[in-house]
Amino acid sequence: MNSLVRQGLAAAAAVALTLGLAACGGSGSEGDGEGDLAQVKLQLQWLPQSQFAGYYAALDQGFFEDEGLEVEIIPSGGDIVPQDALANGDVDYAVAWVPKVLGSIEGGANLTNVAQIFQRSGTLQVSWADSGIESVADFEGKKIGSWGFGNEWEIFAAMAAEGLDSKSVSIVTQDFNMNAFLQGDIDAAQAMTYNEYAQLLEAENPETGELYQPADFNVISYEDTEGAMLQDALWADTERLSSDADYEETTVKFLKAVVKGWAYARDNAEDVAPTMAEHESTWGPSHELWMLNETNKLIWPAENGVGVIDEAAWKQTVDGALSATNEKGEKLITKAPPETAYSNEYIEKALDELGDEVDTQGSDFTPIEVEVTVGGA
Amino acid sequence: MGRVVTGVTRTVDGLLGLALVVALWEAYKRFGPEAGWGIGEARILPRATDLAMPHVWEMATRLLEPETSASTSSPLWLVVLQAALVSLGIACVGLLVGTVVGLALALAMDRFRLAEHGLLPWIVLSQTVPLIAFAPMVKSWGSNISIGTWEWPAWMSVAVIASYLAFFPIAVGALRGLQSPTVQQRELFRTYDAGYWPTVRKVKLPAAVPYLLSSLRLAAAAAVVGTVVAEGSIAYLDGIGRKLIGYGGQASGDPAKAWAPIFGAAVLGLLAAGVVWLIGVALRRYRRGEAT
Repeated sequence: MNSLVRQGLAAAAAVALTLGLAACGGSGSEGDGEGDLAQVKLQLQWLPQSQFAGYYAALDQGFFEDEGLEVEIIPSGGDIVPQDALANGDVDYAVAWVPKVLGSIEGGANLTNVAQIFQRSGTLQVSWADSGIESVADFEGKKIGSWGFGNEWEIFAAMAAEGLDSKSVSIVTQDFNMNAFLQGDIDAAQAMTYNEYAQLLEAENPETGELYQPADFNVISYEDTEGAMLQDALWADTERLSSDADYEETTVKFLKAVVKGWAYARDNAEDVAPTMAEHESTWGPSHELWMLNETNKLIWPAENGVGVIDEAAWKQTVDGALSATNEKGEKLITKAPPETAYSNEYIEKALDELGDEVDTQGSDFTPIEVEVTVGGA
Repeated sequence: MGRVVTGVTRTVDGLLGLALVVALWEAYKRFGPEAGWGIGEARILPRATDLAMPHVWEMATRLLEPETSASTSSPLWLVVLQAALVSLGIACVGLLVGTVVGLALALAMDRFRLAEHGLLPWIVLSQTVPLIAFAPMVKSWGSNISIGTWEWPAWMSVAVIASYLAFFPIAVGALRGLQSPTVQQRELFRTYDAGYWPTVRKVKLPAAVPYLLSSLRLAAAAAVVGTVVAEGSIAYLDGIGRKLIGYGGQASGDPAKAWAPIFGAAVLGLLAAGVVWLIGVALRRYRRGEAT
């Protein structure tokens, strides 16, 4: 009996040892010296691409470092939800669309929008020019494409504003490309101005052998509807903002660098877009430039200063979220979010401190003309 | 001499198989329904359009062209191959960890009846956790681990997910193998007054090798799938899984490019099978009576 116990212990020790060794494998490697820079992690909502060019520009141009921050930008894949990563404490800040986070806040997450980077909605619903779908009212009975995962609420909010029942359309889940629309599985496909719409213009029309032209499509922009919602915003942890003075201070510094980054991406689009390849974007430079140009249009001009949350736009987003019902009859949120859901305190402080150092309104911003190439090469 | 001939025949067979796939692809593309075919909403036969099924030669020439038009861009085949090799490395780490954990569990279950009854249901249950739920959890744990200046790298989260899928066939297969010696063999060792460990070393482990090798094949496949899916799931940027997502998003304008990482993943699978084959060669002394 005694020997059995001893052997059992030995076996258990061996198991523990192998597990321990496996867990510690590679722990010999040394990290870089931290210096005096504060470590900050920023969670994006998708893979590296010009939609996030301002953050990468702040990194590349040393704006974060100037503020005493060492920022790690973490891309997201299919299953990483930025607001969840933030709520779990995995990261310090996250980029996410407002309606999605409103859903998370109602679900118990304690998050605050500290800077509304995109001032306008970039979502389109694209159909063929001869489809007869020219406004949201024409959706009835049609196959409407959406990516799901919270990207669909503008559609339902716009439909609710038109008095359309969400069950009167059939929602088709879209892939990351526009093939389902091009091949006729979808009557009107969801597309971002900065990405999927360009994918259409970069695709070859088999009938002509040339690229598709804007005249081939009907484009409904949600920005022109009541369904428009606020998109890319920077979110922070509400609890830490209220209890951790260092975090508050870091937030202001972080926002200052971000504002400078986006201003740089605005003024130097043709230099910034090609750098996305170094940050492991798989898109070609022409698609990245298109994306940056369209992203700039969503940010600039920023009448109140970049990042400042416009109360009317916030209210419209909340109202839209409250009114929307999806095709399964589910609601995104059932009551208005708490007051802590957004705060202009930090971005206003950041803009104040920046003063005249950088143009934070971009009132004379003019987009560039981007040449479309096959496949966005 | 006979061996060389067998080798040549096998290579020819392999190439013929590949040619057959190419011929079938092109034949379907030529004669298949352009719009595909389905019953109601469920598509059964795929579309034969250039968007859905690019010509084989288009996919091949696309591999030779640069990934993007950027001046620093490498040829697509090289980018994909490098990504596949990164993924192979991660899958191998996952397979190694999975094998160690699986073997340890099998030994514990073989030694203690109680462990077998207590652990086995949980091991089976562990495989029902969907990867899309498990992957963000592992990434979240990893991002909270740091020892001094060392931080948990993202690739290790991918390897852990791969090992989570890989350990299962090993644990189950090795347990069957360890329990495979006959009553006579075990009684013989008892008459020698051999203790537990000598019995394991001289009888149980050698008897487990054939079982272990077939488990390893399953585990290697699971590790590769786990690696590719986890890479896409948690946005690990250097592997083939991310290329699948990235190029997949470009399939409307560049349909042939989207197929490159699929070929890369196939190469990855072949290389992983090669690794298991090498392990089999190293253990050939113990492979008596193996079905294959």
